[in-house]
Amino acid sequence: MTDLTRASAAELADLMARGETTSREITTALLERTEAVDGAVHSYLHVDRDGALATADAVDRRRAAGETLHALAGVPIAVKDVMTTTGLPTTCGSRILQGWVPPYDATVVARIKAAGLPILGKTNMDEFAMGSSTEHSAYGPSHNPWDLDRIPGGSGGGSSSVLASFQAPLATGTDTGGSIRQPAAVTGTVGTKPTYGGVSRYGLIALASSLDQAGPCARTVLDTAMLHELMAGHDPLDSTSIDAPVPPIVEAARRADVRGMRIGIVRELTGEGFQAGVQQRFDEAVQHLVDAGAEVVEVSCPSFTYALATYYLILPSEASSNLAKFDAMRYGLRVAPRDVDDPSAEQVMAATRDAGFGDEVKRRIILGTYALSSGYYDAYYGSAQKVRRLIADDFASAFERADVLVSPTAPTTAFRLGAKIDDPLAMYLNDIATIPANLAGIPGMSVPSGLADEDGLPAGFQILAPAMADDRLYAVGAALEQRLHAVWGGPLLDRIPDLLASAPTTPMATPHADATTKGA
Amino acid sequence: MSAGDTEALMGYDDVLAAYDPALGLEVHVELGTNTKMFCGCATTFGAEPNTQVCPVCLGLPGALPVVNAIGVESAIRIGLALNCEIATWSRFARKNYFYPDMPKNFQTSQYDEPIAFGGHLDVDLEDGTVFRVEIERAHMEEDTGKSLHVGGATGRIHGATHSLVDYNRAGIPLIEIVTKPIVGAGERAPDVARAYVATLRDLLKALGVSDVKMEQGSMRCDVNLSLSPKGSGVLGTRTETKNVNSLRSVERAVRYEMCRHGAILASGGSILQETRHWHEDTGITTSGREKSDAEDYRYFPEPDLVPIAPARDWVEELRATLPEPPAQRRKRLQAAYSYSDLEMRDVLNAGLLDLIEETVTAGGSPAAARKWWSGEVARRANADGQDVPSYAAGLGVGPAQVVELETLVTSGRLNDAMARQAWEGVLDGEGSPTAVADARGLQLNQDSGALETAVDAVIAANPEVAEKIRDGKVQAVGALIGQVMKEMRGQGDAAAARALILSRLGQA
Ligand SMILES: [Zn+2]
Repeated sequence: MTDLTRASAAELADLMARGETTSREITTALLERTEAVDGAVHSYLHVDRDGALATADAVDRRRAAGETLHALAGVPIAVKDVMTTTGLPTTCGSRILQGWVPPYDATVVARIKAAGLPILGKTNMDEFAMGSSTEHSAYGPSHNPWDLDRIPGGSGGGSSSVLASFQAPLATGTDTGGSIRQPAAVTGTVGTKPTYGGVSRYGLIALASSLDQAGPCARTVLDTAMLHELMAGHDPLDSTSIDAPVPPIVEAARRADVRGMRIGIVRELTGEGFQAGVQQRFDEAVQHLVDAGAEVVEVSCPSFTYALATYYLILPSEASSNLAKFDAMRYGLRVAPRDVDDPSAEQVMAATRDAGFGDEVKRRIILGTYALSSGYYDAYYGSAQKVRRLIADDFASAFERADVLVSPTAPTTAFRLGAKIDDPLAMYLNDIATIPANLAGIPGMSVPSGLADEDGLPAGFQILAPAMADDRLYAVGAALEQRLHAVWGGPLLDRIPDLLASAPTTPMATPHADATTKGA
Repeated sequence: MSAGDTEALMGYDDVLAAYDPALGLEVHVELGTNTKMFCGCATTFGAEPNTQVCPVCLGLPGALPVVNAIGVESAIRIGLALNCEIATWSRFARKNYFYPDMPKNFQTSQYDEPIAFGGHLDVDLEDGTVFRVEIERAHMEEDTGKSLHVGGATGRIHGATHSLVDYNRAGIPLIEIVTKPIVGAGERAPDVARAYVATLRDLLKALGVSDVKMEQGSMRCDVNLSLSPKGSGVLGTRTETKNVNSLRSVERAVRYEMCRHGAILASGGSILQETRHWHEDTGITTSGREKSDAEDYRYFPEPDLVPIAPARDWVEELRATLPEPPAQRRKRLQAAYSYSDLEMRDVLNAGLLDLIEETVTAGGSPAAARKWWSGEVARRANADGQDVPSYAAGLGVGPAQVVELETLVTSGRLNDAMARQAWEGVLDGEGSPTAVADARGLQLNQDSGALETAVDAVIAANPEVAEKIRDGKVQAVGALIGQVMKEMRGQGDAAAARALILSRLGQA
């Protein structure tokens, strides 16, 4: 009997198609798993048991009636709390949106609902997606299922940990500077940041509009491709959405063919600054691709040296404007200032923002406000846009010599909770390899490359492709996955420690009243 | 300073003796599109508060804007009509500032890459000269919501207990049209300002892009003014008077600020660069918020919208849809209708040109059209606080009735006095001119015997006048016609009476 919580989305879809299980059985198994482990992992900010089961039952009925269903119909999914969901709280990991229930669905959510995927709940994240560890969530961090004392990556640590702890086979993410890929890397899961404009941003609570991109998270390359295909495609509600056919990503994932492909190693994104075990797994992965018929070239992208600085000017600038709407006037938190009689709108706004925004959010709003201000605009925002152009040019020349570029996804394996929380610059360095893709709008993927020798924790292998060539990511990712599974004798996540054995020993606040009893 | 306080003013002639005024006009026009600038919400004026809203125009988290194509098209047509260049590459920008009725706390506007720039508009002044106003730019943006302050005495935020916000207006497309500094107008500065706004209003109306109702706020004017010492050519410090929303107020506000600036400068003071409020009732301006370089909108290109690069052939297609420029149309019609300058000015001031043109098209003569649309109906419309076209439309009276009335006169059924009575009946809602004439028994007396009897009686009663006419003073006939008409109790045909009198006295 298949363990429904460990099966891939593709396998679950097959089981349902063959009538061997139902969406209700799968959904119930996953909800039970959540009750058992999420007190320790804290992937979810909100679980929608009733809603998920209602969708599951509806899909089961339609299947029984012989209706033609979407390939993923009935396969449950977890949705990052950055996406608006009608009837479900959407906080973006922030106190300022506590209790806000949106009156509309993000386009991605609407497509998930239309395809009949039960939505299990909303996953944790760094507040407004600002962070690489989920430690900036106003509702407490998520934990890495490989080692509960470590971070699950960020901002999408809720989505990465929900997959690695077998609470869901699929999850959505958003990636502004690595928020899908870095969490995937440190949890041994798969995640793709599509081409900018490939997936609608409508209903994503914006961090930095020109960098944000929604994408799929899963445990296998094929599942990631299937979810990517479901999410992708033109949306008239998003002016930056690309009006062109979605690249053949599922087909590429199934064929897993890299013969004759030129794999470019980016000199600036390897070696110094990368953990030895991470680098080692990367080098081996490259060799596997060569064995599968690919060719290796080395490329240089000198402007990448400035990518982090550029990113931390553009992102805060756009964020400072995007977050200005949180003023306590129309929705979310409203805090009355202390010791003020008859406060003005501005005083209420100030008190609310003071209470409702965390330190990292305040830091970036201040940075961005400064960078955009008169007299500094040209030196900061203006220069950053020019460097951004240079980075895109570097990619363009690199892609003349290589079909895809590769690097380790993150410089290290998962660090310990609290290790970098007081050192923003060290935290920002986690995204050194993922940020260039966001600046240039090109697609990127992280697939597991193995466990680092020194700490036994997962490392990620990043693949980058030219805009609208997302299918290449899946060809390379699937080919690597095939080879590595053969070497490992199965998926990397087969080696993850048993959470149910360790959960009671971890003192954690339990968001679900019955989590302890179920888990014991 | 409260609205009641008055400031020292310099005499207008004294101002002109010492200073040159420089004007700048910023006009915001609400486009008449069916939907808002960045979402699909309706734009109907006067709807119940917050019934024309959606996640986009409420600025809800996650919502994204999509540009209204008709809004862009209107902006380009306005730019072309103002003789502007149309940008080959134009972007929206975010103007960041806090205001409670602005949902996103930034206004999606345009900054250094406007859709249209570098044009001009020629305006006709009262003295018959034409003044060219240079246009700096025309750009697209969105309107804010509207706040209603409750609990205060004045409806202003000061003293209010709370405020209500209506977001129906949030996101309505606006075009902001900004002039270059207007210098060299001298004493005509107030007239130039009024004439510019009036000409712009006519142009926008002719383009069909807006209903340009200043009283409803669909066209709003900000007046910038500064004085420089006469002949110096150096621009002085300006003030910006906001929301001057009638043509008369535009003229008055310019004049008032000129006199106020003059008094301050002449006494050795300096002008504070600030926003000022215009008070329609008292005709003065008062200090608003101080506007300094410290006000920083942190403009940057709107990342949620893609740039607009209008194809040149599309721009040329739009150019071909431009209506005849209003000034040119006025000249053409004045010549065609043989109106004197004075008559034409009255027609324009009363806003009758469209009605007259329609009436002529329907078969009326230009003279009759002007006569009937500017008499009694204008008096009644004025008493009702409306313009003639809307007043007449409200009554269901149009060109067809005027044409019918004129036909009753030319066919000989009614004389002028009877026609006036018939027209009054039409305006009283008694039916068509013919119906009114029938009901009131209006009919010229065509009995030639009665006319002869009356003429002979009047000649006999006025021997001196008759003698004058026999001697060739034909103009004296008027006095006799009047008496004949009186004899016939108003039912005589004045033309026939005149002919018969002249014939009897040997002048025909
Ligand atoms: Zn709307």
